Amino acid sequence: MNDENTHFDEMISATGARPPYVDYDEWFASQDNNRLAKKAAEASAFFRRTGITFNVYGQSDAEERLIPFDLVPRIVSSGEWSRLSRGIEQRVRAINAFLHDIYNRQEILKAGIVPIDLIAKNAAFLPQMMDFNPPGGVYTHIVGTDIVRTGEDDFYVLEDNARTPSGVSYMLENRETMLQMFPELFSKIKVKPVSDYPKSLRRSLEASAPASCEGRPRVAVLTPGIHNSAYFEHSFLADQMGVELVEGHDLRVVDGHIAMRTTRGYKQIDVIYRRVDDDFLDPMTFNPNSMLGVPGIMDVYRAGNITIANAPGTGVADDKAIYSYMPDIVEFYTGERAILKNVETHRCSESDALKYVLDNLADLVVKEVHGSGGYGMLVGPAASKKELAAFAAKLKSNPSNYIAQPTLSLSTVPIFTKKGLAPRHVDLRPFALVSPSGVNITPGGLTRVALKAGSLVVNSSQGGGTKDTWILED
Amino acid sequence: MLGKTAGGLYWMFRFLERSENTARLIEAGFRIALTRSNDAESEWKSVIITSAARQEFEERHDKYTSANVVNFLLRDANNPSSVLSVTKSARDNARLVRTALTTEVWAAINETWMVLTDVLKRPIPETELPAVLATIRQQSALVRGALVGTMLRNDIFDFCRLGTFIERIDSTARIIDVKYYALLPSPSFVGSRMDNVQWETILRSVSAHRSFRWAVEDDFTAPAIADFLILDGRMPRSLSHCARQLVENLDHLAKDYGEVKPSHEMARKMHARLKDRDIGSIFDEGLHEFVGSILDDTAAIGMQIEIDYRFNN
Repeated sequence: MNDENTHFDEMISATGARPPYVDYDEWFASQDNNRLAKKAAEASAFFRRTGITFNVYGQSDAEERLIPFDLVPRIVSSGEWSRLSRGIEQRVRAINAFLHDIYNRQEILKAGIVPIDLIAKNAAFLPQMMDFNPPGGVYTHIVGTDIVRTGEDDFYVLEDNARTPSGVSYMLENRETMLQMFPELFSKIKVKPVSDYPKSLRRSLEASAPASCEGRPRVAVLTPGIHNSAYFEHSFLADQMGVELVEGHDLRVVDGHIAMRTTRGYKQIDVIYRRVDDDFLDPMTFNPNSMLGVPGIMDVYRAGNITIANAPGTGVADDKAIYSYMPDIVEFYTGERAILKNVETHRCSESDALKYVLDNLADLVVKEVHGSGGYGMLVGPAASKKELAAFAAKLKSNPSNYIAQPTLSLSTVPIFTKKGLAPRHVDLRPFALVSPSGVNITPGGLTRVALKAGSLVVNSSQGGGTKDTWILED
Repeated sequence: MLGKTAGGLYWMFRFLERSENTARLIEAGFRIALTRSNDAESEWKSVIITSAARQEFEERHDKYTSANVVNFLLRDANNPSSVLSVTKSARDNARLVRTALTTEVWAAINETWMVLTDVLKRPIPETELPAVLATIRQQSALVRGALVGTMLRNDIFDFCRLGTFIERIDSTARIIDVKYYALLPSPSFVGSRMDNVQWETILRSVSAHRSFRWAVEDDFTAPAIADFLILDGRMPRSLSHCARQLVENLDHLAKDYGEVKPSHEMARKMHARLKDRDIGSIFDEGLHEFVGSILDDTAAIGMQIEIDYRFNN
């Protein structure tokens, strides 16, 4: 694949800087590389000192790592953003409607649009959620939609993270870092602020409180603890929202409500923003060995006395086989055509598709339907013959566990290197907040960047970095 | 505030205080090793006993050499009380309670952990030991400074201070407990070489060899030193001062929460035993017994605080 010649670069086109980047490009040209290199080192020391780190499982020598931060912003024009955000809003509304339907009347299955097997055999589907309407009817309160770009007008949704999207703390910290490093840029270029996110998140969670809740709802963030890879983000969000960060052992059921143990006794909680997986949420309902959850929380939930955000069972929508039906799902619930495109997806459970995938393995990206974080996936063009053969065997033994997609020529944005700017592939994860009072999308997101030249893997657990994402004012 | 958070703050500052106290103990022991090499081994042994780590030490080492003791107390990751271990524990607790800390306090403890983990990565040669010990004390001062300078005076602050002073009483009482014999008013030994060395070491262990001279002028006797360490309210590591701080912090909590807890009563009783007291009456009671009972009281108060404020359940 002759990648470097075919990709779309978001900053530099054949005729110079693309319009959203014109001012930045001009500024950059006037900068001294040594000064920028010094700034980059300062940023990294700052992240380290303030503990903006993530933990990597199974790496004893590097308990906490920094996600490399690149100082060149990813810039999106206000027009591009307005289309993206409309598309995201449409999609998250459809996903919530889909989840409500799946756990209640199952019209979409009856209509034959989504095969029933995809739900019945879906590990993320929770029978305990059947015939239950969560407070305000919202299932996924916080969504991170992964979007990639391949051309001037070509945006695709790569994944819907409706379960527990992470990374929003980096969106906020990256902006703070840029403001500190390059204040002059922000007086020159008008960028939409992202700093309202924690306030919006708290409002959105409060608006999702149970109907029975009196007074201002009490919100808490539930974390698995300091050894979790995203612990920094959990404590950051609790801190920024001004709510307590709790672990399972801080909580118990008191008088039919969830309460947290304070220095002055147990205090009721109304909304839990949980960053603990479904399976660990309630040892009395799910994994009995879980030490991370709250025994009995599902009973309280079903009695309508606590909001769990995101709702248990939401992961059904993250399944990559479900993803392949997303354009139909959007149309089914909204009556509109999907604004954002889906990547063409071959479901290996279908025999024709499987044959096609096996025949074209070297050109495709193959993913596990429940996978995340870039693990367990094959990037055909980057794989050796041996790897391809091994993967083909796995694929044949369990076809319905996989989907395949064409290798997209992801857009690039330059990163700063010692030798100047160098193009690298990026994706984008904007964050949407959903409550009964509406959908709120923060103008920005997490731009992940593959730091190796030519690489398409942007995941932080596999050497990806991040950039500040700028949405320009009109 | 969450009970867990109160516990995290309390332990964060106990561990920080322990790190600093261990550095002081090593500093005093190292001075003996340099100036009176004949006494070095027994001095290092009493340092280990003061750290309540005799069994662990002897499981790992045959001899009380400078290198063994310094390594064990500073960098042994298997020794839960080594500076390396308690710094990590302090920082883990800080991560746990991060939402309760100002950015300055968090950054200070995080930096402390980064700096000390790096410094303690390799064995410390004698030539570098004084600088390393100074770094440990400076880092501790940095965190304390950030705490005092940036935190609201509320229950969060009180739990931090309770941890500090419980740990500090415990440390000072242990130092006296291990060397109580040198502090007994025994006329036949007055002014002997051995006494002078022991006295100086004791004072150095609480970084008070200089302030003692200023405070007490030329009364360089065992009872004066005992009085200074136990009863002198001006001395920041004396039992009396620390007990008063405990009572004050528990007073704040009682006022804040509108409720007096059992730990409060216990702390008041302990302070009453140290307030307006004459050192002679403590000698009459038995110095060793007295200090032993303060150690017991401190442990009991610490446990009662955990119960009263629901650290664990």
